[in-house]
Amino acid sequence: METRFAVKIHGLTRTFGDFTAVDHISLEIEKGRIFGFLGPNGAGKSTTIRMLCGLLLPTSGSGSVGGFDIISQSEEIKQTIGYMSQKFSLYDDLTVEENINFFSGIYSVPESKKNARKEWALAMADLRDRRTALTRTLPGGYKQRLALGCAILHEPQILFLDEPTSGVDPISRRNFWGLISEMARTGTSVFVTTHYMDEADYCDRLALIYRGKIVAEGTPSELRTNFMKRHVLEIEAEPLIGAMDALGKQGIETAVFGSLLHATVDDSEAAITRIQGILQDAGIGAGKISEIEPSLEDVFVTLIEVS
Amino acid sequence: MSADAAIKTSDLSKTFGSIRAVDRLNLAVNKGELYGLVGPDGAGKSTTMRMLAAIMDPTSGDGWIFGDSLVRDAGKISEKVGYMSQRFGLYEDLTVMENILFYADIFAVSSKERPARIERLLGFSNLTPFKNRLAGKLSGGMKQKLGLACALIHTPEVLILDEPTNGVDPVSRRDFWRILYDLLKDGVTIFVSTAYLDEAERCTRIGLMHRGRILVEDVPKKIRSSFDRTMLELWPEHPRFASDAVQHIPGVFSVSLYGDRLHVALERHAVRASVLDAVKKAGVEIKDVREILPSLEDVFISLVET
Repeated sequence: METRFAVKIHGLTRTFGDFTAVDHISLEIEKGRIFGFLGPNGAGKSTTIRMLCGLLLPTSGSGSVGGFDIISQSEEIKQTIGYMSQKFSLYDDLTVEENINFFSGIYSVPESKKNARKEWALAMADLRDRRTALTRTLPGGYKQRLALGCAILHEPQILFLDEPTSGVDPISRRNFWGLISEMARTGTSVFVTTHYMDEADYCDRLALIYRGKIVAEGTPSELRTNFMKRHVLEIEAEPLIGAMDALGKQGIETAVFGSLLHATVDDSEAAITRIQGILQDAGIGAGKISEIEPSLEDVFVTLIEVS
Repeated sequence: MSADAAIKTSDLSKTFGSIRAVDRLNLAVNKGELYGLVGPDGAGKSTTMRMLAAIMDPTSGDGWIFGDSLVRDAGKISEKVGYMSQRFGLYEDLTVMENILFYADIFAVSSKERPARIERLLGFSNLTPFKNRLAGKLSGGMKQKLGLACALIHTPEVLILDEPTNGVDPVSRRDFWRILYDLLKDGVTIFVSTAYLDEAERCTRIGLMHRGRILVEDVPKKIRSSFDRTMLELWPEHPRFASDAVQHIPGVFSVSLYGDRLHVALERHAVRASVLDAVKKAGVEIKDVREILPSLEDVFISLVET
């Protein structure tokens, strides 16, 4: 069952009572790509993942994962995918090795491969010297890599990561994304949900889901350019908080970024003139005001505010 | 240090057994600053904050909140400081209102002042419609705002927030920062920790903490521009092939994939030519190339790794 697409869904919908959690979403994700699925809490991210993993039936719509139908072939899908959630799904009171053995059993890793896969997972998680340690005693970054190792013991073609880096520090996070990029390079498809926008930048393509609907989709660069109708200005001013206050009183909301303010505006030229005027009237020294590239967070917050 | 120092520490240290969680820390935060303490897990951020809130005694050294000593005047500190722990310090089986009243009791807020203050706190946190809901039934973003409201009940001059936005979505996070800016306008000094470096950029000054010490401290932009390596941003046709091609070039310090772009840190500017050459030789077309300021994460990782 060869296809270009790791995931293909059409008109996927799920309702709970009269609440529509996922509302007619359609997506095509090519093999070997890292696809980021972003959105605030309650937007429908987890419901979508559960349908794709064959854990929840859609109310309507269709889809396939690894070429298998999400409605009629959920057992085949479970053999094809790996799943890791924000809670890391490890047993805290088991040792590192016992956790690996447990997941090896669940994913029916063949007896002949078990030992080799275990050693591979221990090496990947950098836990060869700590195989008898209780999982509870491991730092967050190690737990995260162990959970990833356990989720891919059976060498799945498609990996689902549900907020995998919640509460993990920057160095561990960068290592983690290094591992994920490496997996994508060798052909694994990765579907990841996150609400940290600096992580979204590690993905090849992104979709933003809000209130059950996809409101934007594209590469990170496309989202920055095509979907951002408003502009972000960087303002040098001193004193900063005084400037923020003066602008706020005139209805221009700003955010502090170190020694600078950022403002999101509709028309850059007009806004720059207006801001200069307001600061001058307030007797605040204004330096350079320039337009900067919006961050993904700027893009998403703007999209959500207009939806 | 001027009398304006909201927070000052002198060789503040805390050891647990043989571990030096906080190692001779010297901090000076001025009134009205929004200071961000950034670092990996186990760097000593939470321990520092607990000592500043006078809920944990230092092993040695001392610190002062507007002149009151953490060691000698702990009682006065709790009147001046509002502290929110990572778990927001809420009682999940109490309602929103009951949680606020509980904190009002702890901080002995007089019954005369209570109604106005509570109304104001519920108002800015947008929790008025939910005041009878159990705290355990609130979303992450609402719990965070309730935690903040509770920490502010006694109108503290210094607010200490330990990773306040962990697990909170971007829209709620932005709301939360808006509230912090409003407090800043009112003259409150804010000391906040985070493990997310994009968030750290929202502070007026940051300190990067690692193994109990502050490695570098400045305005975010200055920290980024002090990085002595050139950062190239490539936008190649096939980012992963391009990454393979440049990985092992001498003088390339690190290569990170950011979606369809590649960030390459160079030890010397001269390496730029060999990077572009290698990508072309690998048959990968480059759509765009530019030199960028490194992100705080780039700086942080290079500091910690050297």
